[in-house]
Amino acid sequence: MDRTQLLNKLWEFQHRLGYISKESISTLSKKLNVSTVEIESVVSFYHFFHKKPTGKHTIYLNNSIISDLKGFEDVKATFEKETGCSFGEYGNKEFSLFETSCIGMSDQEPAALINFQPFTDLTPSKVRNIIQKIKNGENVKDFSSKTISKIHYTPDDDKTVIFRNYELGKSVKEGLKFTPQEIIDKIYKSKLKGCGGAFFDVGYKWQSCKRNEDTEKYIICNADEGEPGTFKDRAIFQHLPGLVIEGMILAGYATGAKEGIIYLRAEYQYFKQKLEDLIQEFYTQNLLGKNIQSIDGFDFEIRIQLGAGSYVCGAASALIESMQGRRGEPPVRMWSATKHGFKHKPTVVNNVESLAYASRIIELGEDYFLSMGTKETPGTKLISISGDVAKAGIYEIEYGTSIRELLGIEMAQATAPYYVQVSGPSGECVSPAEFDRKICMEDILCGGSFMVFNRTRDILHILRNFMEFFKEESCGVCTPCRAGNFILNEKVKKMQRGLASQDDVDEIKKWGKIIKLSSRCGLGKSSPNSLIFSIDKFKDYYNLKIAPSNEFQNVEFDMEAAIHEFDSIIKDTQL
Amino acid sequence: MKEVSFKIDGRDCKAEKGQNLIEAAKQNGIFIPTLCYFKHLNPLGSCRVCTVKQNGKPIAGCTVSIAEGMDIEVNTPELLDNRKAILEMMFVEGNHFCPSCEKSGDCQMQNLGYETGIRYTRFPHLFVDRIVDARPERIVVNQNRCIKCKRCIEEVITNDGFKVFNFTNRGNQTLVSVDYEQEAKLSEAQAEHAMHICPTGSILVKGKTFGKPFGDRQFDYAHEGQNIPLTDIKKQVKSNKRKMRVATTSLAGCFGCHMSLLDVDLGLLDLIELVEFNKSPLTDIKKFTERCDIGLIEGGCCNTDNIEVLREFRKNCDILVSVGECAIWGGLPAIRNTVPLEDCLKEAYLDSLTSEEGETVIPHHEDIPKILNKVYSNHEVVKIDYHIPGCPPNANHIWNVVKNLLFEEEFSISYPEFKYD
Repeated sequence: MDRTQLLNKLWEFQHRLGYISKESISTLSKKLNVSTVEIESVVSFYHFFHKKPTGKHTIYLNNSIISDLKGFEDVKATFEKETGCSFGEYGNKEFSLFETSCIGMSDQEPAALINFQPFTDLTPSKVRNIIQKIKNGENVKDFSSKTISKIHYTPDDDKTVIFRNYELGKSVKEGLKFTPQEIIDKIYKSKLKGCGGAFFDVGYKWQSCKRNEDTEKYIICNADEGEPGTFKDRAIFQHLPGLVIEGMILAGYATGAKEGIIYLRAEYQYFKQKLEDLIQEFYTQNLLGKNIQSIDGFDFEIRIQLGAGSYVCGAASALIESMQGRRGEPPVRMWSATKHGFKHKPTVVNNVESLAYASRIIELGEDYFLSMGTKETPGTKLISISGDVAKAGIYEIEYGTSIRELLGIEMAQATAPYYVQVSGPSGECVSPAEFDRKICMEDILCGGSFMVFNRTRDILHILRNFMEFFKEESCGVCTPCRAGNFILNEKVKKMQRGLASQDDVDEIKKWGKIIKLSSRCGLGKSSPNSLIFSIDKFKDYYNLKIAPSNEFQNVEFDMEAAIHEFDSIIKDTQL
Repeated sequence: MKEVSFKIDGRDCKAEKGQNLIEAAKQNGIFIPTLCYFKHLNPLGSCRVCTVKQNGKPIAGCTVSIAEGMDIEVNTPELLDNRKAILEMMFVEGNHFCPSCEKSGDCQMQNLGYETGIRYTRFPHLFVDRIVDARPERIVVNQNRCIKCKRCIEEVITNDGFKVFNFTNRGNQTLVSVDYEQEAKLSEAQAEHAMHICPTGSILVKGKTFGKPFGDRQFDYAHEGQNIPLTDIKKQVKSNKRKMRVATTSLAGCFGCHMSLLDVDLGLLDLIELVEFNKSPLTDIKKFTERCDIGLIEGGCCNTDNIEVLREFRKNCDILVSVGECAIWGGLPAIRNTVPLEDCLKEAYLDSLTSEEGETVIPHHEDIPKILNKVYSNHEVVKIDYHIPGCPPNANHIWNVVKNLLFEEEFSISYPEFKYD
């Protein structure tokens, strides 16, 4: 057995038995000829793999901040009441309840996955209904929610890039009129930037992979859309999956790769079958397979690799580790993936949206793309808007659109917006004073997540949710990220209890800088961002949260909390 | 191999092209501290202690291969502080009770703590309760001390090529787990090698931990004659000529720090010329009679009385100094922070060997101080101006600090005087 098959094998066990037993681990370790602890290390890294038996129905309820705004607590309580199980425990034979980070449904929260089928817009009575149906023996597949997101906005007809008519195979056929180098030149010229959040030049990536003389190369489509608040990749897959596949084929043609792999996050496995059917259709039409469109020697295959629940695997280097059947730890960066990537071969890792844009650019021409947007970032961008807005959903906007426009009456219709989180927890928060900032390379970039919070929301509550998320999702290898995020989270807790002083606020900034400076990968380098930015951007708010200094230099100390435990033990032992 | 030139902190250095920065720096007389870097292993880049800046960009030093013209920053104030901070994170993230650790004196992390001059951690201690796993054949793994450097994972391999250790879980739940089947295959020498490469006291070999007695261990006399830089000690200007007044107390401590103070020996005679003691166990003065210049606090806060005394000190002293580990972060009494209070009380009053059969009463009365939910460090309760580490701190160390604070005398401490254990 090949190590790259490990995740698939583990999924087989997980689906069949509901958990990965000691025996399964031991079988796999023999097959791979490694010690059992090595398999255990992989199993325990991904949160959809369990080492203890789970019930027949596993329920993963999203605990992201958007879910929280939309009624997470009530829904959670109802799930517990109806199933008689508690969250985070393994429950009974029928049900196991777990919380999970954002599942890409921020426009339909609260949302849960029940046996990996989506259930969205949950309310307590809807939950009661669902559990009743399950208890009646109905199959969850038959009554799961329709999750297709509404496309609320596209620029005027002549400016829409992604959400326009699609004809299967059109971009590939158009692309094959050019030489591979010409394709790369076109992408290069279009200045297309990676849409996953890093905004790395797509043309540059393709070029450096092409330059590599190795005969074995890979194109990976990064569909591990894990940044809380983003769901644009899911929208593309549900509306126009063909575009992504064509983007991969073109990338293969341009760079000389023969194999493409879609790394699909486990949360999205409910449309895996549809995607596979479509890939089959491409094979039938000779858009995949051998000698594509009768071009001699142009072979390209695509398969889907399922992730298993890990945010950090959205980073290209960790994603490659994960595909190779290891823990999704971002390795020490010695080379770029285009030199030594998957199986140490040159690899291009592109985001779903980037690949969709690539095929549109080939189809429509780079000049069309260049005629829109700003100088540094031409064209359009998909934004997923959620939170306190009337119209949550997908927006295709021209680069250079301001935050105010996005929030305005023509678009999302936000009510009393106060705090906007651009690019998710690892991005940047924006206060009303900055609403005129524009989404583009020259000003503020947006990876896709755009969460809006109104005046009634508590900023520390939002940030606490973010810090809990990073604490949970840190891979655990490097000290500053593993320990630092935990420590910062403790600080936020302290502030929520009203015990923080100006010193604490200053320390958050200083400590955040240390984590950013010394962390190994992007997770730790960006996790303290929102916290640090918010302190300067929402000064008035923080001033109210800080305890005033006192004459005796006593630190704010919660004596009541410190003796509460003793008091209650004494009460317990008294008759 | 081609020789190339590069710069460290503006100094011209030479090394072979592609050489590891840690090694190259050492050859050029510059020491970059590391905890995970290990001779022939691929750079692990996990501890991040060696973080440097390469052409202005932060990067783990152990992952840098030297190239012509590189400009490396190693010892800028920012990086020095950063290095210290990461070490402090390691100290707070686990439970590092050096005085009760088998590896004390042979521990690389402890040694690095001395070298970087950590006196207290800026971060609050987390007091985790992780497993101490004695099931393996030869090895005991104490997860409370593990810093997840990955050395053992990469280095300890059975003769037939299987890994013995590996990470499990993730985030701050990450542990280094042992494969019992593979561990049993290790020879005695291999097991000892695992203990040896562990930079802390996390991996121990049964029956082998006290092979060398305390005092004779590799770091016990290292750097003798060298001084610890205490760069950020600030000065307070005092101009009056009267005798300085000192107050002392022991909160949740063992009085060991007071004992240590008495070790100044004949110095005490000089001391009494220069200062007078107010409230202190040494004078048996129970209440402050005058405002004091300096208060020395031994021990942390474990009950309500400790808190009150500490607040009283803050009110009556210009400068407050935490003396010893217990005062700084809880120390040995804080071992109980990893156990629920209820269990502690039951163990002490209900289930102990000396308690009556069927005892149900935990002593309590309005006049008896209440036990806090955990042991707090003093700076969690009041502002503390200075910290003197040690268990106990060396008498000269205490005396020097006090002299420095009161009379602005220049001083530095020699390495053996600066110890936590």
